Amino acid sequence: MEPFLQGLAMVFNAQTMLVIVAAAIFGLFVGAIPGLTATMAVALLVPITFYMDSTPAIAAIVATSAMAIFAGDIPGTYLNIPGTPASAAYVGESHLLARKGRARETLGTNLVCSVIGGLFGTLVLVLVSPSLAEVALNFSSFEYFWLALLGLSSSIFIAIGSRLKAFLSLTVGLLLSTVGLDMMSGAPRFTFGIPDLMAGINFIPVMIGMFALNEIMMFYGSRKETRDVPITAKDNVFRQAPRHIRTYWRNILRGSSLGTLIGALPGAGADIAAWIAYALGKSRSKHREAYGTGHIEGIIDASSANNSGISGAWVPALVFGIPGDTITAIVIGVLYMKGMNPGPTIFMEGGSQVYALFTVFFVANLIMLPIGYLAIHASKIFILTPRKILMPVILAFCIVGAFAINNSITDIWIMLVIGLVAFVLARNDFPMAPAILGLVLGGTLENSFMSSMLKSGGDLTSFFSRPISAALGALVILVWLLPLFLRLYRRLRRQPQPQHSPRSS
Amino acid sequence: MSTPTIKRHLIGLLGAALLLPLPALADYPEKPITLIVPWAAGGGTDATARTIATALEDELGQTVNVVNRTGGSGVVGHTAMAMAKPDGYTLGLITGEINMMHWQGLTQLTYRDYTPIAQINYDYAGIQVAADGPFDSVQTLVDKIRSEPKGTYNASGTGQGGVWHLAFAGFLLDQGMEADRVSWIPSQGAAPAMTEMAAGSIDIVPSSVPEGRSMIEAGKARSLAIMAPDRLDSFPDVPTLKEAIDSDYQIGEWRGIAGPKGMDPAIVEKLESALETAFNSDTYQNFMAKQGFGTEWRGADDFGQLMADQDERFGKIVEQVGLAK
Repeated sequence: MEPFLQGLAMVFNAQTMLVIVAAAIFGLFVGAIPGLTATMAVALLVPITFYMDSTPAIAAIVATSAMAIFAGDIPGTYLNIPGTPASAAYVGESHLLARKGRARETLGTNLVCSVIGGLFGTLVLVLVSPSLAEVALNFSSFEYFWLALLGLSSSIFIAIGSRLKAFLSLTVGLLLSTVGLDMMSGAPRFTFGIPDLMAGINFIPVMIGMFALNEIMMFYGSRKETRDVPITAKDNVFRQAPRHIRTYWRNILRGSSLGTLIGALPGAGADIAAWIAYALGKSRSKHREAYGTGHIEGIIDASSANNSGISGAWVPALVFGIPGDTITAIVIGVLYMKGMNPGPTIFMEGGSQVYALFTVFFVANLIMLPIGYLAIHASKIFILTPRKILMPVILAFCIVGAFAINNSITDIWIMLVIGLVAFVLARNDFPMAPAILGLVLGGTLENSFMSSMLKSGGDLTSFFSRPISAALGALVILVWLLPLFLRLYRRLRRQPQPQHSPRSS
Repeated sequence: MSTPTIKRHLIGLLGAALLLPLPALADYPEKPITLIVPWAAGGGTDATARTIATALEDELGQTVNVVNRTGGSGVVGHTAMAMAKPDGYTLGLITGEINMMHWQGLTQLTYRDYTPIAQINYDYAGIQVAADGPFDSVQTLVDKIRSEPKGTYNASGTGQGGVWHLAFAGFLLDQGMEADRVSWIPSQGAAPAMTEMAAGSIDIVPSSVPEGRSMIEAGKARSLAIMAPDRLDSFPDVPTLKEAIDSDYQIGEWRGIAGPKGMDPAIVEKLESALETAFNSDTYQNFMAKQGFGTEWRGADDFGQLMADQDERFGKIVEQVGLAK
């Protein structure tokens, strides 16, 4: 009991609370500016945390990352440009809702889902972190191979429009993921003698180019000042939220648990959690046809998932010192510097500090409600500001953001070139999401395949020789065969009673 | 009338500016210093760099900004260091990879492209195995590798041709076996390899012992030996290779501070003495002790000599492993 009270005292004091509020506002700005990501916000905090005690330092990181992930939805809703990669999965859905005049309602629901997701992830972190980390720890390259394949396959199935175009878009992403020093052979690929390309193509500048720069060019391409989001909004931030939560509580629960699990898996973070939650939500929905037209259900799964993923990523980070995502990769360094060495012993040695850490998570997630509420009201700035002023400002931040992630001029060029390519692709109705996912998961897919093959001496059946791996493999094959089965099933049912199929593709 | 006057004034000012004495070296540093780290934020090298940077700030009275330039097995960051202006305001945390990459044809850069300032750390390779695996000592490990067919066991911990790959290949050569008798599974680093070992798909991780600390403390892995002259203070139960199997083989990864080639010797001297104080500071020593990282000091000249010696040694191993280009 005493360490618990000590832990509370470490959080509920003026300094820590002030740090949480300041960090939340900082996260809000960074998250809401397209081009700047939650990971970058945390990276910018590292030198500042150097001068803080461990509790405020961790509080600053938790509050910043949670707030930034929510704030990414704000420009996504108003401008169709996700503020952070974690909002990209449902940006189309929320923007279409905004065009119907439901921007505030959408963001309010989003905020509540984010808070619930974050709290859910925290609860899991507190209650089952050791056992959950144990499960994730059983994953070797065989399991990661199937997981990556599952992610890539689902990116094609969730795509709106032509599956062939989605597949081609995916291959563009996979091609980009092969650039750089190949980990397996140690040979450089597609680097054209440019040392910076040895590091491969970072997905952040690509993300910025594909979503933000593309949108900017679309605006200048159309050359007219259209306000597609109504300026006088009568919708209320929170009024509809309780109703949505009552209707879709299953989605929130599903998104949160999925997000926590994906966050806890090393290598996959909030962004991938959002993609998969959106896909699963769509496949399980009663109103599947409403997806892609501005359907509130579409944002509920994913916006719960990305915030719960943030908390979930801390599970392996704390218990084994293995980062669950890019943010916790930085966090581990900070924890070491603060003398809180991550590992199973952290729960024995740092009793009160661990309680303080858990308390920080609850406080930081709850504080999102009032600050987020104010932010949604202030976010009208996105529609009041003429786009011809807004767009150049966003472009400037895109360039800064692309540079800052790795302090590399090459990344700015990558962002610009990808933006141009994405513009051409988007004009021809190629979806962007599979390309991003291909780039993010391509390396995992290739490296886990190659290292599995090296381990097993080229025996392909080894992908089914471990129990978890075999189960995941069966799942992937099931996903692939599902459309075939469905078509077969429909045809069989149609034979006695012929009717016109609504699907043509 | 006024335009020529202004022009004349400007020329006068320009002349005066040119005639001003150049800033004396005693004033160095008069602006913040950038320290390039070729590895990612949050990793062991990054933490070492940030700690020495903090200690160095106290010494020099100037901000030292740590900038991560990651990727390409260290090529990107090392290239950025070598290409910087040799004015003493861009330094880098140089790592042992500089003695390996050029042998494998990944870069033209060698240790000769840098001005060595000081070595601040040395981590020896260890031999980590799964706690529930078949190896209970280095002797059984060596015997089993020798008696079982080639490729029965695998090891992981760095990319192809990385420091722990070469360290372990060198160990096998030292024991009179082929360098590739144990299959090398390239990985992003020691941490993911330790995870794979805990998941049961890797047999040996020959990284430094502190890199395996969390898994060792979790009871999922154990360290059989360290390829060092003495036992580590942080892991006193792990024997040296000499104690375990009477081998004199020692190898590891060094880290140091260097600048681009052609730095002013006066600046190097100033930095060297500031670094020595920073190295001996409580901030640095306590941090490294807590991490279990080895501290080893070499001044500019000795550090340059170490790089030259190691370069030759790793060149031989790279050739024997068959990675030379």
